[in-house]
Amino acid sequence: MSRHTLSVLVEDKPGVLTRVASLFARRAFNINSLAVGPTEVTGISRMTVVVDADGDLIEQVTKQLNKLVNVIKIVELTSESSVQRDHILVKVRADASTRLQVTQAADLFRASVVDVSTDSLVIEATGTPEKLAALLSVLEPFGIREIVQSGTLAVGRGSRSMSDRALRSA
Amino acid sequence: MSKGSPISPSLMAAKSAGAHKAPEKVDRPADAVVDNAATLSPVLGPNNVVPPTVMTGSEAIVRSLEELGVDDIFGLPGGAILPTYDPLMASKMNHVLVRHEQGAGHAAQGYAMVTGRVGVCIATSGPGATNLVTAIMDAHMDSVPLVAITGQVSASVIGTDAFQEADIVGITMPITKHSFLVTDPNDIPHVMAEAFHLASTGRPGPVLVDIAKNAQQGTMTFSWPPKIDLPGYRPVVRGHNKQVREAARLIAAASKPVLYVGGGVVKGHASAELRELAELTGAPVVTTLMARGAFPDSHPQHVGMPGMHGTVSAVTALQQSDLLITLGARFDDRVTGILSTFAPHAKIIHADIDPAEISKNRIADVPIVGSVKEIIPELTEAVRAAFEQSGTPDLDAWWAFLNNLRETYPLGWTEPEDGLSAPQRVIERIGKLTGPEGIYVAGVGQHQMWAAQFIKYERPHAWLNSGGAGTMGYAVPAAMGAKVGAPDRVVWAIDGDGCFQMTNQELATCAINNIPIKVAIINNSSLGMVRQWQTLFYEGRYSNTDLNTGHDTIRIPDFVKLADAYGCAALRCERDEDIDATIQKALEINDRPVVIDFVVSPNSMVWPMVPSGVSNDQIQVARNMTPEWEEED
Repeated sequence: MSRHTLSVLVEDKPGVLTRVASLFARRAFNINSLAVGPTEVTGISRMTVVVDADGDLIEQVTKQLNKLVNVIKIVELTSESSVQRDHILVKVRADASTRLQVTQAADLFRASVVDVSTDSLVIEATGTPEKLAALLSVLEPFGIREIVQSGTLAVGRGSRSMSDRALRSA
Repeated sequence: MSKGSPISPSLMAAKSAGAHKAPEKVDRPADAVVDNAATLSPVLGPNNVVPPTVMTGSEAIVRSLEELGVDDIFGLPGGAILPTYDPLMASKMNHVLVRHEQGAGHAAQGYAMVTGRVGVCIATSGPGATNLVTAIMDAHMDSVPLVAITGQVSASVIGTDAFQEADIVGITMPITKHSFLVTDPNDIPHVMAEAFHLASTGRPGPVLVDIAKNAQQGTMTFSWPPKIDLPGYRPVVRGHNKQVREAARLIAAASKPVLYVGGGVVKGHASAELRELAELTGAPVVTTLMARGAFPDSHPQHVGMPGMHGTVSAVTALQQSDLLITLGARFDDRVTGILSTFAPHAKIIHADIDPAEISKNRIADVPIVGSVKEIIPELTEAVRAAFEQSGTPDLDAWWAFLNNLRETYPLGWTEPEDGLSAPQRVIERIGKLTGPEGIYVAGVGQHQMWAAQFIKYERPHAWLNSGGAGTMGYAVPAAMGAKVGAPDRVVWAIDGDGCFQMTNQELATCAINNIPIKVAIINNSSLGMVRQWQTLFYEGRYSNTDLNTGHDTIRIPDFVKLADAYGCAALRCERDEDIDATIQKALEINDRPVVIDFVVSPNSMVWPMVPSGVSNDQIQVARNMTPEWEEED
């Protein structure tokens, strides 16, 4: 089992997320994370899907995904050839006595404080899953109240655009 | 109105499944002119230009179907599709009113299988739509071009558990090639054109179009042809040149090649091309359950059907082969048995239009994505060149081995010890007396296997069955659809007593609409295939397989009375000496459907058999009898 990051360009049509997600479910794949959003092209959305699977199974799923009529293009992004980032919001217990320590810890991770109250802070951070895990372990002793995390976002390095090429060949 | 289909299979073969051009409608009158622009259009039908015209969504549905060249539809109305049934009444299209929506679905499949055209079925929302689910799944498994149109509740109440509301798009998502939910009447023309394009090109399959009632009732501006916008759909038709040459190189080097032919060759109308390749290579040909008739049974290179109930020669050919030339087949578990022991010495050439089939079950050494219609002729040319360069391979030893198997283990049966007729004989005689120009449609079970084994198929599109799905109840409605698609052919439903009881209400449809099919109920008074497994693997404990329709039972229902009640000619045959006369009589009745209750032995079993969960090498020609493998070279 290894981790794979798939970038999937899809038509922005109702049900497309269901079609993609259920295909993974049919093959008993566990989706590690999933992020969807619009792209620079109107009517085209991009999904970033992170799954754990063996190589030949991932090839089979990629082929099945390609059969979906609303799927325009699929690219597997390796960690070397792409930038991959997760986004996290953490609500941490912090009163007057601990607030400074918490904000200093956030600074070390280039995270920012986006909300303050008398007994808590909300910290926003972006990074690789490893960096975010490290941030969480530093914040943990103060008392973590809530975590909300995005799916991984990934984009290939260099000037080439996935949607450019996909739409030209379409 | 033309609802005929060409009698000549060569005419059918002229139709291309290629995505780059619209299939020509060979069975329409010559006045349906197809110009150059139309042949390049992905929109099916003659591509008549219709200037913008205001009409209702319902009228747009009917008009779209007409423009797409549809002649026949199978369906049953209900509340949410009611608006569309009104303009349908005025259309020149032939609508066949079925008695159950499943029948509409299978009829559309049967129609598609014999004509090569898209089958169309129509139903209302909720239960009407869910009754289509089995047929949609069946079409999905067997790659049958099908468009299912369903009514849906109005967009304003979708998601409120409205009366007869079902999320049929969601329900059918894993069993359709694609599906559409239409809530705006202006979307109807392009969605209909896209649905037909998707269903009929690439790997064919079912497409669902769910149309909300408000979209049917609303007004819109209709124009034709619409623009098809499917940026994510680009089926590959032409095979990769380099792979084709590599395949030819392997063929030239092989000493035990086998052409492993699947249903894709029938769907792709590539039988003539296959024959040329087969005769050039001299290789043995096996035709899978879905490909029976793709290559003539009478051809000396045909070594039989492979798989769980295949012939010893076909199964062994695959097991011993050093090269499988796989054309439109998918290494189904019923063919391979235990996958890891399947054809262990063979390199694999795999040509298929669906890239997801290649290396799905068995890793291909030479993958070729494309239509067999295009690939096979290219491969033939490449093989010819390779033979010229390196000589024609000597297959004499291979053929000596296979011929010995064919002679030693021919298909056959033993007479039942209970003195009742052997079901195999009934089926064989139906095939013999009707001949290869007939169409044979089977249900699922023992009778299906015997019909695949003992009827000799000489042409494609003559054999219809539910292969992947294994849908009991397929035969009667599919035969009905086949007869509508090919009214000049004799159409037999070879059915079981269990299967027949699942969908026989369509006899009413057949009788009333003058669709004179012939139904042979192979009545062994039981769910025969399950009973066979109980005999072999459950110590003869016959749990819930006795149907009480045969000898020495209360015979409920009495099939003769039932058929009579449906307005069919009803015959019964219980003795060997009456078989031929009964079949002849049925062949002479063509003014109404005929149902024959062939009461046969419940103890006959399907042989050969590769028991489930073992290697194909363990094939048994009869109970606990495995061929003498010492005879191998």
